[in-house]
Amino acid sequence: MGWEPKIVVIACNWCTYAAADLAGSLRYSYPPTAHIIRVPCSGRVEPEFIVKALINGADAVLIGGCHPGDCHYRSGNYKALRRFKLLKRVLEELGIEEERIRLEWISGSEAKKFAEVITELDAKIRELGPNPIKRGV
Amino acid sequence: MAKIGVYVCHCGENVKGAVNIQEVLDFAKTLPEVVIAKDYQFMCSDPGQNLIKEDIKEGLIDRVVVAACTPRTHEPIFRKALEEAGLNKYFYEMANIRDQDSWAHWHDKLGATEKAKRLIASAVAKVKLAEPLEDRYQEAEKSVMVIGGGIAGIFAALDLAEMGLKVYLVEKQPSIGGNMAKLDKTFPTMDCSACILTPKMVEVGVHPNIELITYAEVEDVKGYVGNFEVTIRKKARYVDWEKCTGCGHCMTICPSKAPNEFNLGLNDRTAIYIEFPQAVPKKAVIDTDNCLYFKTLRKTGKVACKICEKGIPSKNIAGCPAEAIKFEDKDEFLTVKVGAVILATGFKVMEKHHFKEYSPNSPDVLTALEFERLISATGPTEGELRRPSDGKKPKSVAFISCVGSRDERFHTYCSKVCCMYMFKHAKILKEKYPDIDLYLFFIDVRTAGKDFEEFYVSTKQLGAKVIRGGRVSAVDIKPNGKLRIRAFDNDLCSPVEVDVDLVVLATAIEPGIDTEKLGRFFGASCGREGFLREVHTKLYPVDTASRGVFICGCVQGPKDIPESVSQAKAAAASAAATVMPGKIKFEAISAEVIRNKCSSCGVCVNLCPYNAIVLEEYQGIYKAKVEPALCGGCGTCASACPSKAIIFHGFTTEQILAQIEALTTY
Ligand SMILES: Cc1cc2nc3c(=O)[nH]c(=O)nc-3n(C[C@H](O)[C@H](O)[C@H](O)COP(=O)(O)OP(=O)(O)OC[C@H]3O[C@@H](n4cnc5c(N)ncnc54)[C@H](O)[C@@H]3O)c2cc1C
Ligand code: FES
Repeated sequence: MGWEPKIVVIACNWCTYAAADLAGSLRYSYPPTAHIIRVPCSGRVEPEFIVKALINGADAVLIGGCHPGDCHYRSGNYKALRRFKLLKRVLEELGIEEERIRLEWISGSEAKKFAEVITELDAKIRELGPNPIKRGV
Repeated sequence: MAKIGVYVCHCGENVKGAVNIQEVLDFAKTLPEVVIAKDYQFMCSDPGQNLIKEDIKEGLIDRVVVAACTPRTHEPIFRKALEEAGLNKYFYEMANIRDQDSWAHWHDKLGATEKAKRLIASAVAKVKLAEPLEDRYQEAEKSVMVIGGGIAGIFAALDLAEMGLKVYLVEKQPSIGGNMAKLDKTFPTMDCSACILTPKMVEVGVHPNIELITYAEVEDVKGYVGNFEVTIRKKARYVDWEKCTGCGHCMTICPSKAPNEFNLGLNDRTAIYIEFPQAVPKKAVIDTDNCLYFKTLRKTGKVACKICEKGIPSKNIAGCPAEAIKFEDKDEFLTVKVGAVILATGFKVMEKHHFKEYSPNSPDVLTALEFERLISATGPTEGELRRPSDGKKPKSVAFISCVGSRDERFHTYCSKVCCMYMFKHAKILKEKYPDIDLYLFFIDVRTAGKDFEEFYVSTKQLGAKVIRGGRVSAVDIKPNGKLRIRAFDNDLCSPVEVDVDLVVLATAIEPGIDTEKLGRFFGASCGREGFLREVHTKLYPVDTASRGVFICGCVQGPKDIPESVSQAKAAAASAAATVMPGKIKFEAISAEVIRNKCSSCGVCVNLCPYNAIVLEEYQGIYKAKVEPALCGGCGTCASACPSKAIIFHGFTTEQILAQIEALTTY
């Protein structure tokens, strides 16, 4: 088997994780290249997690949280967004294409959106090719 | 070394249909520290769970991974199985190979199988680093504070008291009763408001489990669910309530007058007053803004009046017979400990001055609440309908709906009760004065409630005219004193103009002035419109974002009496369920600061959405500390700590990094 993209998704339990479950129940299909690590809230995502995934060779990282105003813990998603923006700038400096890291607000009912985001991300990564770190840049 | 057991569920055909079980089992056995890999048709069934329990009991495994459906539904089931087999329930992880794998990749068996392996590797990596955790319990005060003594607060307090709980009912005004006490009759049954409300107020007043604290407001709140410490400021009454008998003699002799709030300023009261005749408690207070003694004292430092105390000896008029006047009275503070809180501070009605197009300066343009007082037997005219401007009986009255509601300029929401109370008003007037002309102007008529549509139809049958067709454009004062309404009639498809003697505006129901402040005290947030917000409209309709704090009645949004009472009973049940067991469970999934790693930067303190972190002095240095009972379990602090001094139990940094490692390796 040739190269297949590997996507690490870190998703909040209340929204994006629930959306992924619902996508399954509704039998929406999307590429099997994305794998969710469940966290209570997108606010639990440390910048280090994203860096570690990329260094280890993940081709993309997706952070999923609740829509602004809907965070189960009031404001974790705003904090995630702030950290994410900062990290993204740093990673771009390091030559990692910005499309490889993504933050999405996907509510528990947005199963379709979840499937679409994964499908789109998978296609994008296939276009970009493997993570430059893995390619040994 | 851990001894990890991996159990792969077929879920009938649901997993097996897309995932090659044998391949997955063979893979699982190769993972570090995995000692057993088994499969079964339905892992959640009793025989399935027994597989795990047996292996634990035989000492074969001490960590469990179940690869099956979603932890969102099945984690509690398997955790319980671990507990029953004598293993800490947090030595458990789930690999979601159904909802997030087989179902989604049904037509890609190869892909689904590969993904299942990686998801299992990730779960194994996480469970390997799991630590035993204990849910914590803290004692809870078996008492509840209800704030706001309207119909909602009254019912919440009574239900709780009947359950045997100690209740503190805190009311801002001298008497409980709220807005309902101001109403004349009530739709849809037309009971007289006072007749159904007063007995309940009295019940509150005499209930041995209810401590009624009126003329008081919340000053400060500390603590959390189970252990709130609320400081109440009891406003100075200047009347000793122990002595006051509520006879009302003082009100017959006091020379100072002020607008009567209970009658919405339609008449005057004295400076020393009992809020209304059926008040509970029936006690007098002195309004120092208008009392001659206090006014003179402030201005000149001299002592004046004191008629309520001393009477007018020269005219043989006695002062307070109970000797209850207490000019030197001071605000009092008291702190009570309660396990839960119910906020029931209700609403206020929008004032008419906002609506310049409706001639708000005319005394004959009234808000609907003012109109309630005007037709009430205990109101300024003792129920006689008379125009405020000239005291004459109006021959025609117009009612205008949605004033300030469903209006982009003011409130976009519907105030919900206005359509119905307009029919009520029409009914009351038509029954009292059959030849009066009534015009009811609506954008449209909303009567979705039990018996509401019938109420509407019967009102129309009495001869009230209903005009539908968008917003009334103006109310103008004519030189002859009449008020001219300009509107549009959809049925006639034409503009209409009507001259009437009196206009009643159904002004919007708004959040009370201190709703937001009160919410902030208790960590309950307001929605966009300023009403306190429920956590979940359907599942947690009376819970707030703050655990142990509940809401009911109009403080949550516009609603009628039946709905306010239903919510009150729901809030009482929820509050009781919180405090009755006497202890509160706090999740083990929470943050903890490793003191010697903390650099005292304080970043976490401001980040915490629950204000659960404080800097506390420890050996001369300030160190962060998480109050476990307040921690909501989001993990934001752990993610932000620059010194990595915060452990987030259940989702530690090491665990998540190990999952990433696993996902990217296999
Ligand atoms: C004109 C009009 C007519 C109506 N007619 C009907 C009808 O016929 N039938 C019907 O079913 N419904 C009717 N309603 C609706 C009804 O009035 C409400 O549903 C009901 O009064 C709501 O009760 P509540 O206890 O939530 O609020 P409220 O009655 O507003 O009571 C809140 C209480 O909290 C107190 N409070 C406020 N702030 C604080 C604070 N910070 N600290 C302590 N206490 C505080 C207030 O003083 C008050 O006593 C009508 C409403 C209006 C405006
Ligand atoms: S709970 Fe979903 S982002 Fe905070």
